[in-house]
Order: sequence, then structure tokens, then C-alpha cells
Amino acid sequence: MKTAMPHNYESAAAASRPRFPRRRLAHFTVWSLAALAMLLLPLCFPGGFAIALLSQMGIMIVFALSYNMLLGQSGMLSFGHAVYSGLGAFVAVHVLNRIGAGELWLPVSLLPLVGGLGGAFFGVLFGYVTTRKSGTTFAMITLGIGEMVYSSSLMFPGFFGGEGGISTDRVVGSAVLGITYGPARQVYYLIAVWCLLSMIAMYAWTQTPLGRIANAVRDNPERAEFVGYDTQRVRYLVMILSAFFAGISGGLSVVNFEIVSAENVGAVLSGGVLLATFIGGSGFFFGPVIGAVLYILFAVALSSLTHAWLLYLGLFFVLMVMFVPGGIASLMMKQAPLLAERKFGRMLPSYWAALGAGLVLLAALILTVELTYTLQINSDNGTLVKLAGLDFDAASLKSWVVAAALWLVGAWGWRAALVRVHRAWDEVQAEMAGGGA
Amino acid sequence: MEFFVISLLNGISYGLLLFLLSSGLTLIFSMMGVLNFAHASFYMLGAYFAYAIAGKIGFWPALVLAPLLLVAVGALVERFGLRTVHKYGHVAELLFTFGLAYLIEEAVKLAWGLSTVPYSIPPELDGPLFHVFSSPFPKYRAFMMLVSVSMLAAIYLVLTRTRIGLVIQAALTHPQMVEALGHNVQRVFMLVFAGGAALAGLAGVIGGNAFVTSPSMAASVGTIVFVVVVLGGMGSLGGAFVASLLIGLLQTFAVAIDASLADLFRALGLHVTSATPLSSVWDLTLSQMAPVLPYLLMVAMLIVRPRGLMGTREG
Repeated sequence: MKTAMPHNYESAAAASRPRFPRRRLAHFTVWSLAALAMLLLPLCFPGGFAIALLSQMGIMIVFALSYNMLLGQSGMLSFGHAVYSGLGAFVAVHVLNRIGAGELWLPVSLLPLVGGLGGAFFGVLFGYVTTRKSGTTFAMITLGIGEMVYSSSLMFPGFFGGEGGISTDRVVGSAVLGITYGPARQVYYLIAVWCLLSMIAMYAWTQTPLGRIANAVRDNPERAEFVGYDTQRVRYLVMILSAFFAGISGGLSVVNFEIVSAENVGAVLSGGVLLATFIGGSGFFFGPVIGAVLYILFAVALSSLTHAWLLYLGLFFVLMVMFVPGGIASLMMKQAPLLAERKFGRMLPSYWAALGAGLVLLAALILTVELTYTLQINSDNGTLVKLAGLDFDAASLKSWVVAAALWLVGAWGWRAALVRVHRAWDEVQAEMAGGGA
Repeated sequence: MEFFVISLLNGISYGLLLFLLSSGLTLIFSMMGVLNFAHASFYMLGAYFAYAIAGKIGFWPALVLAPLLLVAVGALVERFGLRTVHKYGHVAELLFTFGLAYLIEEAVKLAWGLSTVPYSIPPELDGPLFHVFSSPFPKYRAFMMLVSVSMLAAIYLVLTRTRIGLVIQAALTHPQMVEALGHNVQRVFMLVFAGGAALAGLAGVIGGNAFVTSPSMAASVGTIVFVVVVLGGMGSLGGAFVASLLIGLLQTFAVAIDASLADLFRALGLHVTSATPLSSVWDLTLSQMAPVLPYLLMVAMLIVRPRGLMGTREG
């Protein structure tokens, strides 16, 4: 066994060697497309709100990917990841204020790096304690550390700025090539560049020996130790790296918002990044990117429409945990073999049916929640709810009957659609298995 | 002396309340390996249910009915939630309860509004029970201690003296063996989860009006309960008891003491001024540090003795 294993690995590597140029080309294409998309998006959506949304998405993508270095790559479930992005942001904001006062010289474009170093510093500090354990205990310790940092934010007003936080001005120093970071679009492109660089760096990290060993520690810590790796050391190193990238996202948020407060290290953000990463799918590298985009849509776009956005997000998260534990990325990757075999079209009718039934259920849910919300919290402004151009009066029985009817129709349709999806899926899978044999 | 006795009594009553919460959490953890993030949410639900029931038919029926409602909630969560995600492993179960905590908080906001509700102490328990020199000790604190202690005695008796208690204890360590002997371990799990939820609900009923009943109460007490469980050692009831009292006393005493490290240095003949390096650290008083102390204690414990006070297993 001992002699056979390396031999196997070598032959596998030899077999895949001719494919490397193709893989490199594929990587190059994917990253170029990502860069192109980032370049063109603000031109397609030039509005102020869209730019703000895109900027926050960029920041969240870096943050969620750094979180997934822990959760997805190394199997460490952290409930206090905002500590590193938040403290990195505080370090960055102090440095930025020093730059503004003329005590330091540093181009604003490099500020995220300062945040990253700040995050990594606290990663070295706290990671030493947290990574001594793994599994559930690790999760609880990170929760405790997060709570500790949050409650100490009121104790050290000099560093954390007390209740109001620390505000700053990003337009400082001499303009390099006319870039002042005054307009929001310039900030967006700064975020985009850092986001792309961080994404490439984090992807490259997954291919390094440390990234591979982190996977081994996730899958079977006991074996990794027998092979001779110190799992605690691996976790510690990953934590520091992850804190570095979290700090970069913190530094970006300083440039974007020009304010850092205790909320940046709080449990809401720590929970948010966990939700985003898991919903997107922690098993695939690009999963957290999807999750981050969705999370920002929920947190920024939906929260301006309804106060109950956390309820929708929480419900979405719980349903994902219960029925799609691999996240959206796993749903997408399941379709890849079908697309490759050109059988995806066969699934489409059942998918459309499921989508239709799902939309009816969603409408039922939204109607119920908004009616309740209007009655309970917002009844001072009248009991009228406007949804999709229709008026519903929360005080009348009619709206509730409509909601109940939507629930019934949706539930019935959903069950029927699920049966169709399963039947079509089994048929296609059977055909593919038969074709392969 | 006066301050010491009153703080001691307050600290113990708070510690006992924490133990009502952490005992359920510990039992659920040692039995199912699930760290129940929604446990503090059950505490919150207990307080809100009691508030709703007390408004209609009075406090005493609420004391019984609210925990019973929590039994139903706990059983439903276990049957239709946890059992579904069980096949995906412990992380999925943890995440499920984490999401559930979000949902319960939002549902509470939906049902009872965003602000604090006026859930008050019943008039017959209002007022001081006795005076220590000149400071009064409220009747309600004594009532809280009475309820907690009698509940704990009841759990102890159930776990050690009854048939179902022995089955639970056996299922803690050897679930397969217990199943092979013909007991329905799934149902025992459900029972323990529902029981733990009821204990948390009871803590909410008696704690909600002593402290504050608001949608943020789950978050504020939740992390403290986790600290208790880590300090005491994961899965150890005795450890949870000691740690609960320790945290209860620590927080009560620390809030009232206005001494700082600078004062200590001054007593030793060293003078700290604003020019001294790290002066903001030395000038912090103990009362300012009170919210952080439990977490500092936990970090110190993890460095010195990672398995907690009485824990047996290394996480």
C-alpha cells in the first residue's frame, strides 16, 4: 500500500499533464470574462444605486470567498469572521485619517492592503486561540471571540470611535492619473480590481500544497496527522490567510462607505457572511460569489422594499440547509453533465413547472408576511398593502382568503411539479448511464 | 458586607437562571451532538408566550402553559427540521438551528413588534422579601431561585430515578445498544429536545419579566449560555452548573466594582497617567469590562484547559 500510493499519484499526474495547457487556457478565459463583466457592468447599469449595489457586491464577494477558505476548503465553521474584516477596516480607517492629516504617505489605492495586513495581524492573534480546536468547539470559540471584540468596541473609544464609529474622507493625497476617488464609479473600479486580484489569489491558493492539505484536514484530520501534518498548524495558517483577505474586504468597505463602526465587527455581519457562503454553495470555489451577489440583493435592494427581508433571507437559508445543502452552486453543477450530453432540454418542461409553482408559493408567502407586518407593526400608516400593482387591505378578509388560496394552489402545484422533476431526472440519468455502458 | 450579600444573592439567582438554559443545551448536545443555536430563541419565545398568556389569563397559568407550548415547538422542530437535516451531518444541524434562530427572531418581531413589550412581574410577587441592612432583596428574585432549584431537583430525580431517565442516560453514550434493546431512540431524542426547549421556555417565563422582553433578548443571552457550556465542558451537566454560577456571580460583582488596573498600580506605588503607554487599557474599570469578562474567561480557559472545567471529551 505504502509503495503503491505514490506510484499511483505519479501516473495520474502524468496522465493529466497533456491537459494542462488546455486548463490554463480555460482559466485564462474564465478570469478574462470575469474582468470583462466587471468592466462592463457599470456601463450597462449607470445609475447611482446600481453602482453602489455593484460596489457592495464586490466587497462581499471578497469577504465571502475569504470565509469559504475556512468553511469550504478547511471545514472550519466560524461565527465570528466579521472580526477580521472589521478590525482590518478599523486599522485602514486610522491609516487613511493619518494620510489625510499628512502624517503618512500612501496612495489610497493601496489602502485595502493595509486593511488586509491589519486583518492578518488579528488573525495571528486570535487564530492562535481559535484554531487550537476544530469542529463544534471551534465554532463556539469564534462566536465568543466575535462577541468579545464587539463588546470591547465600546470600551476603547479611541480605537473604535464609540457609538458613532470613525468617519473619514477618501479624497486625500495627490491624484494619481486623475484618479481622486471622489466619484462613486472610480471607487467601483478600485473595488473591482481588488476583487478580481483577490479572487485570483484565493483560487491560486486552493491549488497550492497548503490549500490541498487544508482539504485533507477538512476531510480526515486523523489521516492528515498520520501522514505527518500538524493539523492545528494548517488551520492556523489558513486562518491567517483568510483573515488577510477578510481585511482586504474591510479596507475596501472603508473606501466605499467612508465610515467604520462597531457594526463592522458585529454578529450580524458574521452571520451574514455565513448565510451568503452557504446559500451560494461552500463546496465549489465560485459558490460564495453567487451567494455574495444574492446576499447583497437581499440586504440592500430587498431591505429598501420591505422590513421583513431578514425573515425572507432566514427562510431561504433554512430551506437551503434542509433540502439543498450543497447550495446553489451544487444545483448548477448537477446540470453540467446534462448540458454536456445535450439532455438538458428534456428537463426543462418539469423545471418550468416547478418554477411556476415556486413562484405561486413565493407570492403566497410574501402576501402573508406583508399583510401580517402591516397589521402588527405598520398599522399607523393604514392597512393597505401594495404588491405587484394590486392593493390588498390587511383589515379585510378578502386579502387573507387570496393568500390562503395561493398557498393551497402553490403547495399542490409544487408537489405535482416535484414528481415530474424526479421522473424526468430519473429517466435522463438512466439514459445517460445506459449510453455510457 | 451589605453589598457583598446582595450581590451574592443576585448573582446566584442569575446563575441559576443561566443553568436552566444551559442544562437543556448541554443535554441536547451530549445526546444528539447538536449545538442548538436556537436555544436562546426558545428562551425568548417562552417570555413572549408568557407575556401573551399572562395578559389574558394571568401569570400563574402562563408559568405552566408557556413551557408546554415550548414542548410542542421543540418536538415539531426536532421532528420536521432536525431529523431532515440529520443525514447531512452535524454542521448542517448546527446551521439549521442557526437559521432557525433568525426565523424565530423575525417571527417574534412580526407577531409582537420591534420594541420591548411590557411583560411585568405579577403584583403578588412584587416588592421586597427581606432587607439586608438597608438594601431590599426582591421577592421575585427569591421566586426565580425557588423555581430554578425545584426544576433542577426535578430533572435530577427524573434522570436518575425514573425508567425514562435511565433510558436517556443510556442513550447518551450507547444509542445503538439502547435501540437494539427495543427502545425508540428517535423518540427519546425528540423528548430530550422538547424537554430542553421547555426548560429554556421556563427560564424565559421567569427571566423575561425580571430582565427585559424584547426581540434582542435571545442574542444577548445566547452567547453567554454558549460561554457557560464551553467553560463547564461540553456535555457536562455538573460543569454547566458550576460555570453558570461562576458567570452569574462574575457578572453581578463586576458591574458594581469601580476599580481599574491603574488603581491597583497606584496602590503598588506606580502612577498611571494619560501619557503612559496603553493608558486606555489600564484605566478601564471592572464595571466597564463586565460585558467582556465571560469571554475573556472562556479564552483563558481554552488556553489553560481546553476541555473545560469538567469536560471529558476533547472537542
